[in-house]
Amino acid sequence: MIIYDLIFYLFAALTIVSAFFVVTLRNIVYSAFFLLFTFLGVTGLYVLLAADFIAIVQLVVYVGGILILLLFGVMLTNRITNVQVKSGTFQILPAVIGVGIFTGILVATMTNTKWRVLESEIPVTTVYNIGTLLLQDYVVVFELLGILLLVALIGAASMARR
Amino acid sequence: MNVGLNHFLIVSTILFSFGIFGIVTRKNAVMVLMGIELILNAANINFVAFARYGSFGYNGQVMALFVIVLAAAEAAIALAILLNIYKTFTTVNVDEIDRMKE
Repeated sequence: MIIYDLIFYLFAALTIVSAFFVVTLRNIVYSAFFLLFTFLGVTGLYVLLAADFIAIVQLVVYVGGILILLLFGVMLTNRITNVQVKSGTFQILPAVIGVGIFTGILVATMTNTKWRVLESEIPVTTVYNIGTLLLQDYVVVFELLGILLLVALIGAASMARR
Repeated sequence: MNVGLNHFLIVSTILFSFGIFGIVTRKNAVMVLMGIELILNAANINFVAFARYGSFGYNGQVMALFVIVLAAAEAAIALAILLNIYKTFTTVNVDEIDRMKE
């Protein structure tokens, strides 16, 4: 299990360090590119948690879709001709104090709670079970999400071209 | 100490805190959106971790799928709103947008 631990720490470090750069760098384009590494790290964590389908969906939807959308947002809402695409910051010190206290409380709660951990064996593939659940227990939610995506698509297109 | 449920929970907690920090401190609205994406990712890690270590079967992974779908819809809508704001105010800094009507 030592290799598993090493890979976990690698991906956790990748996720956390790049998330730190996302929220502290002043250039928005650099932040967007570090967000890419955060998403890749989270994908690795999903693979370590034996959720292969979620990992692939995370890669396709977040890295291929949402990140590109955010980059479009950066480009369309700044005068890109000046190279300095900066984002100002404010209230740094109160935010550091408040978020620090909040994080301490959350971490203490997570580590002090006696979670009931089930030592199940690692599943070979999850796609079959997820598909069965989606089309049996969650079929109404599944269809509603389809309608929601359609409405979001139409709404975003009509709002953006007004 | 072997990597277990707690390690994943702590990683997701730190990710969540960075998301909150980004939302609170950045002025640019696109950066606020990135903070929201970080928070949604942290929640997703929790869902998948409890699906792996808990006794809920695959329900946690299905919930993570739903969250990813909602994040995609939210990003598209928020970007459309941002474009309209930029057209009206010629800025997307959240501290300068202080009027509800033109």
